[in-house]
Amino acid sequence: MRCPLLPVFLVFFIFGSAVQAAPYTPPSDDQVLERLPFKASAAEGRELSQLRRALSEQPQNLERALVLARRYFDLASAEGDPRYVGYAEAAIRPWTQAANPPVDILIVRALLRQYRHEFDAALADLAQAADREPGNAEIWSWRSAILMVQADYAGARAACDKLAPLASKLLATSCNAIIDERSGKARQAYTELSKALAQRPDADTDLGLWIQTRLAETAIQLGRDDLAERHFKAGLALGVVDGYILGAYSDFLLDRGRPAEVVPMLKDWERSDILLLRLALAEKAARLPAAAAHIAMLKERFDASALRGDKLHQQEEARFHLYLLGDARGALRLAAENYHLQREPRDARILMEAALAAKEYAAAQPALDWLKGNAYEDPAYAKLAQQLQAGAK
Amino acid sequence: MSRVLALLLLLLASFAAEAHKPSDSYLRFKFEGAQIVGQWDIALRDLEQAIGLDTNGDGDITWGELRARQPDIAAYALARLKIDADGKNCPLRATGHQVDHHSDGAYEVLRFAADCAAAPAAVEIAYSLFFDFDAQHKGLLNLEYRGRTQSLVFSPEHPKQRFVLSEISALRQFLSYGREGVWHIWIGYDHILFLISLLLPAVLLRERRSWMPVTHFGDAFWDVFKIVTSFTVAHSITLSLAALGVISLPSRLVESAIAASVVLAALNNLIPVVGGRRWVVAFAFGLIHGFGFASVLTELGLPRDALVLALVGFNLGVEGGQLTIVAAFLPLAYLLRESWFYRRVVLFGGSMLIVAIAMIWLAERALNMKLITP
Repeated sequence: MRCPLLPVFLVFFIFGSAVQAAPYTPPSDDQVLERLPFKASAAEGRELSQLRRALSEQPQNLERALVLARRYFDLASAEGDPRYVGYAEAAIRPWTQAANPPVDILIVRALLRQYRHEFDAALADLAQAADREPGNAEIWSWRSAILMVQADYAGARAACDKLAPLASKLLATSCNAIIDERSGKARQAYTELSKALAQRPDADTDLGLWIQTRLAETAIQLGRDDLAERHFKAGLALGVVDGYILGAYSDFLLDRGRPAEVVPMLKDWERSDILLLRLALAEKAARLPAAAAHIAMLKERFDASALRGDKLHQQEEARFHLYLLGDARGALRLAAENYHLQREPRDARILMEAALAAKEYAAAQPALDWLKGNAYEDPAYAKLAQQLQAGAK
Repeated sequence: MSRVLALLLLLLASFAAEAHKPSDSYLRFKFEGAQIVGQWDIALRDLEQAIGLDTNGDGDITWGELRARQPDIAAYALARLKIDADGKNCPLRATGHQVDHHSDGAYEVLRFAADCAAAPAAVEIAYSLFFDFDAQHKGLLNLEYRGRTQSLVFSPEHPKQRFVLSEISALRQFLSYGREGVWHIWIGYDHILFLISLLLPAVLLRERRSWMPVTHFGDAFWDVFKIVTSFTVAHSITLSLAALGVISLPSRLVESAIAASVVLAALNNLIPVVGGRRWVVAFAFGLIHGFGFASVLTELGLPRDALVLALVGFNLGVEGGQLTIVAAFLPLAYLLRESWFYRRVVLFGGSMLIVAIAMIWLAERALNMKLITP
């Protein structure tokens, strides 16, 4: 017979020992303590340090600062390492601390701010930049993307309209397709996006990957699991390292009771909190012993960010509390706080799930309003909404 | 246009980001007289960025590479931390190097000492490590003072923090133990019922085998005063002795004896044995109750260097909680003392009920079984 408390004991055991980890003196000079991120590509590391040196020689050189800051931002996004965001902010500090920063600095600051989920501040930077340079396509594409996260679909569409004459047809189509997908026109979004992709077989792999991911998620909304799976596999087959598609495909498999397929896919992704969460969920569902260690690791990471006062991963933290700690009330508190900031479908979903588990049906109202107000299509979401309404009666 | 596109994609991939945590260093100060003993955990990744550790450029940082750079690390880091005690700088010196691991990788553990002129009353700490190249870096400081810890966070926006040791910490500690004391008497129904049992007859006089109301409030007050004071003195004695480890009794014995004391105190109201000398009973059994309070204090943990402070705080908390109960009880009982209701229902019925409840506690505690929750 399974002991329901066993995972809890294991967590305490492992976490307890992690806390007590004490400073030590390594026994040998050859012991490797840390692997630097550029181990695989020393050339990239060298290039980066050249850029740094160039800037430190002339810290007031705008062009050098922008190149380095952009480079750091790309790295932060690709590697998922927020340290680079701090480096980038420091590089542009001479301008951000002065009055009236240049447009390029405003844009970079907006990117860095949105990375840290300071969405309103990022939008303010973009608005200031747009006043001075309305023909800059980058400003509008970012504005649209941030408003999407805030579930302001009308605002996002207005930004797409501004973007359309400044960008390629494929980009304009993509910009609108995400909005359609989330506001009751999922079928149309799917058709247009697949048509646009078919017309541009030469599109680069990054774009191909992104469109396959969107098509897969739209297919899920349409209840077409077979199509979704095909798009996920096509996206993964492109061979681009991308955490988003891995996370989305893992969620798809977890929802369908196929955790055993998630484990090998994510086993080397422990360093990403987001994917580590999915890995632990899969291991728990598959009843693998590795789950306990991964749960302890997640707990340690959430504690470390709480110590800093960061609230960047509340959606994941809410899922962690609900499904790995069995703490529905804690999950609901986190999910509700998260929903003030981020209103993507996943944010609404965890809010509904936590409210249902905590039997505090009214707490899910903002998510229900979003679902109904935008006619968001997805059978799983509709079912959650139904359960919430039944529970409230 | 490809840049715009790439960025749009990146944002949509934002949930893959934030894999690691941003840069933090962990500082720990322990105050020992005029010296502050410090430990500073600094990420190797950050040190690599700041001064370079990977000497052979192979992407791995080994213990040998780190060891070779230890003097430079100490010089670099300690130059970016300034501690002033009461306006006078405390010079820093490195005392040791080790390694530890936090959730995001390996850390240099730099041990150091700050030598202040005298034991500080207030310290001002200025922190500037890595702020020049990382605008998101934070220094997380844990201060340990008299068994209590407090945390402070340094960021580029808040590079300086002030911490007053003596007043804040001692007062806080005192108040926090005081609160625990109040709380314990309020949720400790056995102590309350014992006290109430002794106080119930205070507004009455036993004459010719029947209860008569007292004529003056002063008489009742005086009786209550004697009882409460002797209970307090008694439990303070044993609480202190037990908390200091002079005497220790098995908790089952103590808890059972407390339950028995409640039974006897309430029985005395039904079949009076000790009349006007209930304060003696309060004193005798108060000694037992003191051991019960001590077990709570042991669970809370006593700070080594502020033992007396904590003890006094806790005790005063218990007295405060007790006096609140008495202050609520006495005027009400005095008003009702002449009524049939008070004598028959409150005194007789109440005491019966207390005997019954305390008997169950006694059985539970003595036989180690669960009947009701106290």
